[in-house]
Amino acid sequence: MKLLLGLLSAAIFCSAIMPGQDDELAKSIERGKMVYSENCITCHMSAGEGIPASFPPLAKSDYFDKNPDNAIKTVKFGLIGKIKVNGMEYDNMMPNPGLGNDEIADVVNYIMNSWGNTSEKKIVTEKMVEETKEKK
Amino acid sequence: MNKNIPLLKKYLPVAFGGLLLTASIGLMSNSGITTEARSEQKLTEASLKVDTVATGLTMPWASALLPNGDLLVTERGGKLRLVKDGKLDPQEITGVPEVFYKGQGGLLDINLHPDYKTNGWIYISYSSPKAAGEEGDEGGANTALIRAKLKDHALTDIQQLFKAIPNVKANVHYGGRIVFDKKGYVFLSLGERGQKENSQNLGRDQGKVVRLHEDGKIPTDNPFVKTEGARPEIWTYGHRNPQGMIIHPTTGVIWEHEHGPQGGDELNIIEKGKNYGWPLITFGIDYDNSIISKDTARAGLEQPVVYWKPSIAPCGMTFLTNDKFKDWKGDLLVGSLKFMYLQHLVVKGNKVISREIIFDKIGRVRDVRQGWDGNVYVVLENSGKVVRISPKG
Repeated sequence: MKLLLGLLSAAIFCSAIMPGQDDELAKSIERGKMVYSENCITCHMSAGEGIPASFPPLAKSDYFDKNPDNAIKTVKFGLIGKIKVNGMEYDNMMPNPGLGNDEIADVVNYIMNSWGNTSEKKIVTEKMVEETKEKK
Repeated sequence: MNKNIPLLKKYLPVAFGGLLLTASIGLMSNSGITTEARSEQKLTEASLKVDTVATGLTMPWASALLPNGDLLVTERGGKLRLVKDGKLDPQEITGVPEVFYKGQGGLLDINLHPDYKTNGWIYISYSSPKAAGEEGDEGGANTALIRAKLKDHALTDIQQLFKAIPNVKANVHYGGRIVFDKKGYVFLSLGERGQKENSQNLGRDQGKVVRLHEDGKIPTDNPFVKTEGARPEIWTYGHRNPQGMIIHPTTGVIWEHEHGPQGGDELNIIEKGKNYGWPLITFGIDYDNSIISKDTARAGLEQPVVYWKPSIAPCGMTFLTNDKFKDWKGDLLVGSLKFMYLQHLVVKGNKVISREIIFDKIGRVRDVRQGWDGNVYVVLENSGKVVRISPKG
């Protein structure tokens, strides 16, 4: 009985917060789209396709699959030197765009949920960005 | 080819004379022509060398070669650095104003007054956060210009000459290039801060080139001084994000380049009071692929000398004026931030007759300028370097 009650209340609790989280994610993605069009679009292009051999794609990029933190880290600290994305080598530099942690969370949520990418409803929060360190 | 025509004219009588004289004299004068034509010809990338003159910089933006050979370099994060004898001085220069370091903002251009040797003035542009009492968005910023003198490792006698109004809360398009016309005026290029419609608004400094006296006073013969509601410092308008500006060495005309939308980067000749058309006309489309304007030309709006499709993100240019660059003398070198190379533009009068890529993969070019030694100094953002391009041997 206790177990049943526990499960029931857990279910109610979840149904109460889940739409909230989705809503938060949707709002963050919307804000992130603005951040993207101001800071990222000129190199990574409007559909996240990048420019082959110059700027890596963000759409369906295996650079994010391998380690989801990579997206946050790159936006927070910039990136320099050789990387391999979807089988192609890039040796360039992305300057640190100097965004606030809230904007970083928003733009990462946008990138992770656009052009065929999905974060499976997981949201990146300002706090997660704050806790992300440059070195592993 | 065109260059040979005046030569031909010049030597034609000589050649004819040669025909009338003995065969040997005729042959000699002929060989003289070919040798001279050859020596004037064909400087190529292969005849140039690249030497690193500074390393270890963090996101450098622009450089200025001091008379003693030291180099002053701005770092976008807000530091001014000195390079002495090819080494970055670890001690940074104090007195740099607070910069708005976000997005494309930060410490930007640096240029020495043409009479630097006697007056010591150094001009610096940067994105300046909104100060109390200034117009515009809270937490916003816009481009400002100061001048100061260098004493050891400190900026002294700092004077704020200009601040673009209003402050805008956006991270992009500060422009920021400084040039002097040697007639006592200083010009500063200003980006539209992400608000394209304001490039056409004469009541705001966004998307403009402004002209000031060297002490910051506004000249009374600026084109919009008597226009109601217009800001008197404005010299030209309708720009997007102009990040290259240089005075033509012989004509004194200002050449400017600007980051356009996708496929619409432009090289322009800047003339008093003119409208360069952004966003009413453009060769590009927006980065979200939407159409900004269906027109590339309209009456009363200036056409670029050339435009770049695809966009190269031009950032920094210089005219080559030194004889050691031989047949490139009078041409332009333009840096590409995006594709990490330089372009050599062959210039004839007010036209560009050809373009070629040189030094492919040199790095993200932020600044290209000829020093007093006639060599070209290129600032590379990604590798944190300044390199010097000069003819070999």
